Amino acid sequence: MQETFRKLKSKGRLTEADVDEAMKEVRRALLAADVNFQVVKTFVARVKERAVGQDVLSSLTPAQQVIKIVRDELAGLMGGTQSKLNLAPKPPTVVMMVGLHGAGKTTTAAKLANLMRKQGRRPMLVAGDVYRPAAIKQLQVLGEQLGIPVFSMGDRHTPVDIARAAVEHAVKQGRDLVIIDTAGRLEINEEMMAELEALKAAVRPHEILLVVDAMTGQVAVNIAETFNKRLGLDGVVLTKLDGDTRGGAALSIKAVTSCPIKFVGVGEKLDALEPFHPDRMADRILGM
Amino acid sequence: TGRQAIDESLFDELEEALIGADVGVETALELMETLRRQVKERKVKDPAQLKPLLQELIQGILSAGESSLNRGGPPTVILVVGVNGVGKTTTIGKLAHYFKSRGERVILGAADTFRAAAIDQLEIWSRRVGVDVIKHKEGSDPAAVAYDALQAARARKMDMVIIDTAGRLHTKSNLMDELKKIRRVLGRELRGAPHEVLLVLDATTGQNAISQARLFGEATGVTGIVLTKLDGTAKGGVIIGISRMLKVPVKFIGIGEGVEDLRPFDPQEFVAALFEI
Ligand SMILES: Nc1nc2c(ncn2[C@@H]2O[C@H](COP(=O)(O)OP(=O)(O)OP(=O)(O)O)[C@@H](O)[C@H]2O)c(=O)[nH]1
Ligand SMILES: Nc1nc2c(ncn2[C@@H]2O[C@H](COP(=O)(O)OP(=O)(O)OP(=O)(O)O)[C@@H](O)[C@H]2O)c(=O)[nH]1
Ligand SMILES: [K+]
Ligand SMILES: [Mg+2]
Ligand SMILES: [Mg+2]
Repeated sequence: MQETFRKLKSKGRLTEADVDEAMKEVRRALLAADVNFQVVKTFVARVKERAVGQDVLSSLTPAQQVIKIVRDELAGLMGGTQSKLNLAPKPPTVVMMVGLHGAGKTTTAAKLANLMRKQGRRPMLVAGDVYRPAAIKQLQVLGEQLGIPVFSMGDRHTPVDIARAAVEHAVKQGRDLVIIDTAGRLEINEEMMAELEALKAAVRPHEILLVVDAMTGQVAVNIAETFNKRLGLDGVVLTKLDGDTRGGAALSIKAVTSCPIKFVGVGEKLDALEPFHPDRMADRILGM
Repeated sequence: TGRQAIDESLFDELEEALIGADVGVETALELMETLRRQVKERKVKDPAQLKPLLQELIQGILSAGESSLNRGGPPTVILVVGVNGVGKTTTIGKLAHYFKSRGERVILGAADTFRAAAIDQLEIWSRRVGVDVIKHKEGSDPAAVAYDALQAARARKMDMVIIDTAGRLHTKSNLMDELKKIRRVLGRELRGAPHEVLLVLDATTGQNAISQARLFGEATGVTGIVLTKLDGTAKGGVIIGISRMLKVPVKFIGIGEGVEDLRPFDPQEFVAALFEI
């Protein structure tokens, strides 16, 4: 992509043809980064509209000007930095982790408990996945590693009953933060999505976090849209950013939900959770 | 859709469908180029012919490799690798069931000694399926588990041993070295082992799957792919580019969390689903 922009440098001013040529490369870069094609279409059209007919700033070359517009637009779309949880005016704060299979919900629940404890909270984890083999044990092992209590009732109760009892227990134990792990599910699985709605109605979480694998492709849009429509998301956590994925899913999710991406997962260890930085993410998606 | 002639917008629509199915922009553009050429060469005039032609083209790419499992030994040694959370352990449970129900004697090796409760998870699957699992305690050397699993398989005259490994990102060279070591240990113990290295890819994954296939391929000599989570909305189109570039065949697909939710890969079915909205 930077090659095309370099070509622009030699010219005195930005023509529509120049912008078109550059936008073709922007489109390719965004698609290669897995940004949803509909989102790319809208984005490219908007940047083009802004770029053509804009005066080139005297301090910049035309190429720099196009890059600036692309980055500004992208960073704007990604929103500001916002990595705070909604806290309950009257504790405990209840957080619910939701998402597809294997996205990183259980690990992120533990990481979040760890992070919040460092900020002075008294967290409790709740084993609300009664389906996946050894899901409860997984959370218990993580809780033990951290020395953070894990509330479990085994796998013979509904997640709704477990979560209700967990919140009551937290109140008694003076825990001010309750993080509920849930089973992975497809956004098109009616029964499983209805279960999350019931869970929400039962414990009225202050924060519903959608956990998304940063390597997710085009369907990131469908996933985020459906979870948001049914549950009203408060935030997104993007996991597995420690790899080499460009992470275009971040842009897709922002574009369809305008929900803040609050944290990113950058490893399997329980301290590998960081605040989300929109500007860094924008550059990563563009491959710059 | 009721078009009279083949025009650019028809090509654009197909290109968009491919990109929407995670085929990736590079592969999609190449496919469209080939399609355009074929339309010209074969003097295709009917717009309704375009999609079947494209489907045929893709099917050709996906049918290139050998789709049945490589056998060796006995026992046939299968090593299962992939990034975090793609479905390795679940796939092993399903594979064990698949081969057991075809009369084979199967044993499992719990060489994910790293992830919390990974061993318990595989054990639950083994009980569900009714096969044994060889395990050490959490934190122990995965290569030693693999070695013991192979030894047990030989001693008990098993037809097949399937070894689970911890999820790892392909970019972490120390973790990839660990897989190389498992490979070495198995090969030293039984000539030709592992006979099959299955890379598990999550159909929800976008273009990063190409990097996964390349780097796992380099480190572990991947011989086949299992594409999981095809019961969701994702189409898994990225495997077209992987098949074309790396020539690794897809052998199985995962279509759910149940023990029966594994199927041999069928290119025709896959390509048909690729264009379903
Ligand atoms: N490299 C890396 N691995 C991660 C990260 N977050 C989670 N993982 C790994 O991803 C895998 C899946 O994580 P889980 O926490 O079990 O995911 P889940 O969403 O709870 O999965 P289900 O309960 O089966 O739906 C595990 O191997 C985790 O160690 C991350 O940020 N980076
Ligand atoms: N819907 C669906 N879910 C699947 C499929 N295969 C696996 N899963 C689910 O995906 C999640 C992760 O599966 P695992 O088998 O634990 O994945 P893994 O690759 O072993 O994960 P790590 O060992 O943590 O790297 C679990 O919730 C599985 O039930 C599939 O084909 N379809
Ligand atoms: K995943
Ligand atoms: Mg989980
Ligand atoms: Mg596993």
